[in-house]
Amino acid sequence: MISFENVSYSYEKGRPAVRNVSFRIQDGEAVGLIGANGAGKSTLMKLLLGLVQGQGRITVDGVTVESTNLPQVRRSLGCVLQNSDNQMFMPTVYEDMMFGPLNAMVPREEAERQVDEVLSALDITALKHRHNHRLSGGEKRMAAIATVLAMNPAAVLMDEPTSALDPYYRRVVIRAIGNMEQTKLIAAHDLDMIWDTCQRVILLDGGEIVADGPKETVLRDKKLLEQHHMELPLRFQNV
Amino acid sequence: MNRMEAALRELGEMDDLAAQSSPVHRRHAVAKLLATVGYIAVVLSFPKYAMAALTPMALWPVALFQLSGVPVSTCFRKLRYVLPLVMAVGLFNPLFDRSPLLYVGGAAVSGGVVSMVTLMMKGVLCLMASFLLMATTSIDCLCAALRTLHVPGMLVTLLLLTYRYTGVLTEELAVMTEAYHLRAPGQKGIHVSAWGSFLGQLLLRSMDRARELYDSMVLRGYHGHFHYAPVGAFGLWDGLYLALCLGAFALVRLVDVTGWLGGLLVR
Repeated sequence: MISFENVSYSYEKGRPAVRNVSFRIQDGEAVGLIGANGAGKSTLMKLLLGLVQGQGRITVDGVTVESTNLPQVRRSLGCVLQNSDNQMFMPTVYEDMMFGPLNAMVPREEAERQVDEVLSALDITALKHRHNHRLSGGEKRMAAIATVLAMNPAAVLMDEPTSALDPYYRRVVIRAIGNMEQTKLIAAHDLDMIWDTCQRVILLDGGEIVADGPKETVLRDKKLLEQHHMELPLRFQNV
Repeated sequence: MNRMEAALRELGEMDDLAAQSSPVHRRHAVAKLLATVGYIAVVLSFPKYAMAALTPMALWPVALFQLSGVPVSTCFRKLRYVLPLVMAVGLFNPLFDRSPLLYVGGAAVSGGVVSMVTLMMKGVLCLMASFLLMATTSIDCLCAALRTLHVPGMLVTLLLLTYRYTGVLTEELAVMTEAYHLRAPGQKGIHVSAWGSFLGQLLLRSMDRARELYDSMVLRGYHGHFHYAPVGAFGLWDGLYLALCLGAFALVRLVDVTGWLGGLLVR
């Protein structure tokens, strides 16, 4: 379970990026984090991953996110960055996927088995020995997701997983997210994708939670969304 | 494709070359590394007038090009910026050392000219050997080999990350130069007035990207220690390859092979 209790964080003094945020995510839950640019979505993810430290208390499976516990916390969290180029730094997809498990001291044979399983589950076995710099944007995004799943995390965090993808790869990524059994926290502007992959939605504005509820409640509330510089998902427009 | 993108492509080409399969590629990285270091040491140890004695050392890179399937043209294309610098070494020798050393068809050749050519040959041969090592061994295997030879982990990690960071820096440079030229059509290069802000932006952007890359590594359990790809066991063929190479280098260094061959023909 992921828990935020009165969490605040400021990049600059007097300009809080996250203000007094509290919520809980149960195991296996898929939560969409939405909000306009600068609403605090990415900062919230960074706080959870321990990349920045704020006030308040964040716990992952009962373990507090603080400098002494970071290795333990990060072992149970996987994060897919918005820019896959910044995620893939090894020469090939295979080597990139092996990076996480080997750091977690998983024996090489076991790690290879995990890698093969993930590639097969995502249906991207053909990418295994491809060089990262030769992958298309969509292939790279799928490979980036694979590098995270290869670590077998309990929860997966995703920052704009469908941004800059063509319609085909957007569908592929959405299907892959839908098939994941892990707890999911997905920050995105693509509300249709959030509708397809999440049960619950948290709406942020100015670093504060302004709505938190089932997707049917939040994503169909035109007035609420427009009040916070968002729009209804495309599928509900013109209805 | 702008020049930076071409540079990025070339960087990727080295990884592609190293990923090929050939008898040379299949040799253990430690064997190749030691053979290359031995080769460079032997080449550099030749005296400055030993131009003829040095010539047989060119056979090793030639043989490696043949066996590995790495095109010679690729080598010279990739080394095109460094080669002129290497060639410039010793350019002033003919001015300082004018005493005649040998006569070719009655014409005197000064010691300065011979030492200049020897220096140039040494530079080119060492560069070719280094290129061949990089083109037949992936950076990960090379780093694993260095660790096997007990080179400090910090230095090896630094080498690996510098190699990777070059790509990040070049990518940012490619994006920035393209954006610049789109708004400065017809302009050659980057105007001197923009150099300061351009370099500052480049530094900030590449630092941001490097930070995100580092975050990505840390989030996947990186704690300063790389798990390099296994390079396999050092086999019989690897040992033979290394012994053969080092033996041949020692033979060429200790015995004047060209003088001996020439003596056979003259007699």
